[in-house]
Amino acid sequence: MADPVATEAGIEPASPIAGIVRRRLIHVGVFVVLLVGPFAARLLGQPFYADVLMRIMVYGIAAMSLDLIVGYAGIISLGQAAFLGIGGYVTGILDYNLHNGIVWTVGPVHFVGSSAALVVWPLAIALSALGALVIGAISLRTRGVFLIMITLAFAQMFYYVFLSLDAYGGQDGLELSGRSAMGPIPLNNDLVFYYLVFVLFAAVFVFLSRLVNSRFGMVVKGCMQNEKRMQTLGFETYRYKLTCFVISGAIAGLAGILFANMNMFISPGITSFERSGDLLIMGILGGFGTLIGPVIGAAIYLVLQLVLGSYTTHWQAIFGPILIVIVLSGRGGIAGRLYGRQGRKW
Amino acid sequence: MLIVEQSLNGVEFGLTLFLLAAGLTLVLGIMRFINLAHGSFYMIGAFIAATTQTIVHSYLLSLVVACLMTAAVGLLTERIVFRTLYERGPLDQVIVTYGIVMFFNEMVRIIFGNLPLSISLPNIMANSVQFSAGFSYPIFRLVISGVGVAVAFGLYFLVNRTRAGMLIRAGASDRSMIQALGIRINLLFALVFAFGVGLAAVAGALAGALYGVQVGMGDNILILTLMVIVIGGIGSIEGAFVGALLVGVVDTFGQVMLPPTLASISVYILMAVVLFWRPRGLFPVYG
Repeated sequence: MADPVATEAGIEPASPIAGIVRRRLIHVGVFVVLLVGPFAARLLGQPFYADVLMRIMVYGIAAMSLDLIVGYAGIISLGQAAFLGIGGYVTGILDYNLHNGIVWTVGPVHFVGSSAALVVWPLAIALSALGALVIGAISLRTRGVFLIMITLAFAQMFYYVFLSLDAYGGQDGLELSGRSAMGPIPLNNDLVFYYLVFVLFAAVFVFLSRLVNSRFGMVVKGCMQNEKRMQTLGFETYRYKLTCFVISGAIAGLAGILFANMNMFISPGITSFERSGDLLIMGILGGFGTLIGPVIGAAIYLVLQLVLGSYTTHWQAIFGPILIVIVLSGRGGIAGRLYGRQGRKW
Repeated sequence: MLIVEQSLNGVEFGLTLFLLAAGLTLVLGIMRFINLAHGSFYMIGAFIAATTQTIVHSYLLSLVVACLMTAAVGLLTERIVFRTLYERGPLDQVIVTYGIVMFFNEMVRIIFGNLPLSISLPNIMANSVQFSAGFSYPIFRLVISGVGVAVAFGLYFLVNRTRAGMLIRAGASDRSMIQALGIRINLLFALVFAFGVGLAAVAGALAGALYGVQVGMGDNILILTLMVIVIGGIGSIEGAFVGALLVGVVDTFGQVMLPPTLASISVYILMAVVLFWRPRGLFPVYG
């Protein structure tokens, strides 16, 4: 018999073993598809499918970063795209500076451009984390609707800042000269880049899976269920939530870097309200609080967009109602159903 | 003179925002319902007004038609979709209303086409009024401000001096309590919702005459409206009024006096500062 308390808290019902097995199977399935994807696409004579899978992974990383704060910490953010923008624009701007010989001078220090992945990527991730620290420090003082709105406001700020960067393409966006350079690894080869994205995707997934089940993850989940109680237990919940927000921002920054490298192009659109909305939609479709769910959600969203878009330019008129029906009837998204979850907390 | 003119523009823009914010803040205040589709009603109002005008050739009549028809669309949406969302968390509300935005944007594109429409003004409103030598100001902008002020006073009276307003305020501060007292909060809410949608449509028909009518016109203004109600404090009409004027004036003066980058983010900085200082807005009703 299902434990009513556990059920209410969204924990596995009835047979935990069956749940774990089912979950493992889903994980293995997703990774196998992603691993053999490019070869299967080539066998099918549809190399385009590999591009789709790569997009799914990049969006998947961004959606997992959102899952960490929405699904585990209960921080609903409508501004996750801000960090995609930071990651992407740091990559793009440094590449542009390198190829146009632009040097930024601050006092005695000269900043030259770069396209070396080992320099640019950590820097971009660090700046995304810094951005998340500032945004989080202010936003997490508020809650509920206010939190949603203030994260949206910050993302809009970044959107308009990127929009006004006339030296870097402004509204039209910025074309990269190529993918980042990573020593002897030829990232400009699409297959190589695909597997780099795959490795990073897997690393993010493993890292987050461990994180949410660590002591830190338990505290954060506790905050979502009952923050007052966690405080009375002596936890500085604000710090835990802020740390969580920063980690999430850093990972979203990584997704931004990969976006810029994947498309070899970056535009303010990456930070738009719609992009943040897309990530939330992916999470809802797949199921927040499962990590793999938002990835499945990303796959569903991107594929639906392609399929519906091939029939009509007005695909949103069909997708909107589909989304509404799924949310209104759904319980924890697709992954939630596959997992056999009974309910969720937000 | 520039300062006077920009102040008038700022106030006019602020009052347009107020027309949108008034309905949204009440909806959010009473039902804790985040409606991202409010901007869509602004857009639909503008499109209905523009189309009606080509048939009846009267701006005022098309304004009224737009208001009523859009309110009907809003009521229908509320009864079919939104009604099911009140018991759910903010995440579901955000996603579902976002789906509605997608749907309405595309439907408007399908029905009215991709090209922007325009609303023409009656001669009397299309002119400028001469204040002094070298300073004239468009009458229509004054009309918009006038409508905004009139609605503000009307709402203030309605909310603070009538029985319906008392119920609205009670609903905003403790919904389950007034339900327990036997008030049909759902009926009250549907009416408030339709009323707010009507105001949004009026705002759309007014602003559409100034800036043109196009798909997506509701999206940006929705975000500004959300900033307004968050600055003002959710559920508070006074807050919406003060917040709208603040946002309108800051945005307008920012465009003129600040460098472009700073200008476009001035409103968001304003909101961050307000929320840092007062996490529940200027006139908090509930937290």
